[in-house]
Amino acid sequence: MRTQDANPQRTAWLVIASLLAFMLLFAAGCGDDDDGGDGTSAALEKVGQPEDQLDLIAWAGYVEDGSTEPGVDWVTQFEKQSGCQVNVKVGNTSDEMVQLMRTGQYDGVSASGDATLRLIEGNDVNPVNTDLVANYADVFPGLKEQPYNSVDGQMYGIPHGRGANLLMYNTDTVKPSPGESWSVVFDPKQASKYSGKVTAYDSPIYIADAALYLKTHQPDLGIENPYELDQEQFDAAIQLLKEQRDNVGEYWSDYTKQIQSFANGDTVVGTTWPYQYLTLKGEGKDVEAVYPSKEGSTGWSDTWMISSDAKHPNCMYLWMNHIIDPKVNAEVAEWFGEAPANSKACQFTENKNHCDEYDAAGERYLDDLYYWTTPLTDCGDDRGEVCKDYADWVQGWTEVKG
Amino acid sequence: MDAAGVAAPAPRRSVGHRLADLFHGRPRLQAGALLAGPVGWLVVGYLGSLAVLLITAFWSIGELSGEIERAATLDNFRLIAEEPVYRSIAGRTIAIAALVTITDAILAFPLAFYMAKVATPRLRGALVVAVMVPLWSAYLVKAYAWRTILSEDGPLNWALAPFGLSGPGYGLVAVWLVMSYLWLPYMVIPIYAGLERIPDSLLNASEDLRARPFYTFRRVILPLAFPAVVAGSIFTFSLTLGDFIAPSLVGSGDQFIGTVVFSTITTNLPLAAAFATVPIVVMVVYLLGARRLGAFEHV
Repeated sequence: MRTQDANPQRTAWLVIASLLAFMLLFAAGCGDDDDGGDGTSAALEKVGQPEDQLDLIAWAGYVEDGSTEPGVDWVTQFEKQSGCQVNVKVGNTSDEMVQLMRTGQYDGVSASGDATLRLIEGNDVNPVNTDLVANYADVFPGLKEQPYNSVDGQMYGIPHGRGANLLMYNTDTVKPSPGESWSVVFDPKQASKYSGKVTAYDSPIYIADAALYLKTHQPDLGIENPYELDQEQFDAAIQLLKEQRDNVGEYWSDYTKQIQSFANGDTVVGTTWPYQYLTLKGEGKDVEAVYPSKEGSTGWSDTWMISSDAKHPNCMYLWMNHIIDPKVNAEVAEWFGEAPANSKACQFTENKNHCDEYDAAGERYLDDLYYWTTPLTDCGDDRGEVCKDYADWVQGWTEVKG
Repeated sequence: MDAAGVAAPAPRRSVGHRLADLFHGRPRLQAGALLAGPVGWLVVGYLGSLAVLLITAFWSIGELSGEIERAATLDNFRLIAEEPVYRSIAGRTIAIAALVTITDAILAFPLAFYMAKVATPRLRGALVVAVMVPLWSAYLVKAYAWRTILSEDGPLNWALAPFGLSGPGYGLVAVWLVMSYLWLPYMVIPIYAGLERIPDSLLNASEDLRARPFYTFRRVILPLAFPAVVAGSIFTFSLTLGDFIAPSLVGSGDQFIGTVVFSTITTNLPLAAAFATVPIVVMVVYLLGARRLGAFEHV
């Protein structure tokens, strides 16, 4: 046997050196590649032969194939007609959805307004040729070519529906009833009655809910739009949330966790989506949900967008047409608890007053609702570029939770 | 290496034979081929992912798109160092990790001692299985079970209600309880192995020399078993340090390093990467300390 230079120290240095070389190679490799928009950035000209798969990112309750509840199913029919096998990944927050879309492994997403702009700006989604989506013609005009779903008149998606975040409470414990106001969760005097059992949405976008509350209750701050906050307004909202923190039992982002908490009595009051309310109501729990008309509410207007890396673009176009088919759109809207995007859907809802109750045409309150949108440095008014951008909101939210 | 292929102009030989020829009398090549797989995995898969993490920590994100911008900056580390909220989160995490470690050590030592020195071989086998059984069920199932146990309407409150008491509810205490439960086997097993190695003759000798039981424990058993406790503490400490699921299930919104990394990953990946270096640094310091205490000598 030949002699070995078994000098452990030398070996260790060799390993470290090769590791460093590897890191440098990797960094160089990354620097070169320009990611995002690897695919084409033009809208589809014509829907061709459907592929066999469709990979979607969606909010809970948007893509149902009967596995959540038998009979609640608008996917099976689509799969049979189109031959596209639908795979869905449920996103809990807009941030998560943006992150998932950036992996390039999905064909499309049901994006809210705070995700759409980021996706468009990041070249993660393609413009949509609305001529290829027959049902688009019947979409409410108020949802077309909005700042959150189009650029210079070019649509970047197909409107799905819209709705408001609600105030949900346990009718057994929360007495007297909180009325149509967020005070029960934001006014420390009232919220402390339910200390440890108040809940809030675990996302930086919830700062807008606090700002909206201050818009009514501290008018001297001059808040016009809860997503356009300058330093003083932002600080006030953060301060309010920090006070609220003392009474919050847990923050929710996983909707199933919130359903469980309300069902067990761990949480008795807080913001929610109609979906959780309807689910709990369906289980016979003692909960009620109201639209706090005193301050208004934040909400969402969702858009189905197609990924610039979509591997199954034809299936995605077929899906975008399917989901706003009057019947299907009516089913989704009733199941989730929101206003449908297709005006003809109103004829097909089981509850004939659904569109009226949810103000589908946007005549009563939906038009004044503050839809989730991405906060930017540019305030969008004469204050100029002094507003807090989303990175600041993320930072602020970390501080709130402490 | 190609010289070897030419070296044997013998009539048609199988690949196996030619490979055998290639390795014959070349100990370095033998060792290299044997280690290529594991070392390759270690460097590329294991250290490589750490390298990616460290590099990402120096990047930043664009304002509107939130896309990663690949230009080196120290801003993330500056933010973590200067914002008090990150310091208090790191402090809270380390405190919980230390508390869980101490709790587990206190619970595990008597149990491991009984298993190693007192129990009959049959009982010992049964106890080892009993300690390991929780590891057979999935982590998530156990964490969710605790979420149910500690819930307002859960079994704990139900059991305590007749005595006019109530459980801790969700929060820091719950996190401490659940983590201590989850990582207990990782403390019991190393201590058990360490105690088993102590020859009974040493304990007999100590008794013969008229040492009282507690004195024997303090001067004979503890020093010999201490490295095993430190080895076990590495598991409990590091596992608590990086966990984010238990805090998000039974914590009441109190943030830990793991939960912050988890929630920041979707909004600011470079910041998440920078914050993820904190537990790495803590663990390096911890492991250096453990080495001084002899935790790696017999493992």
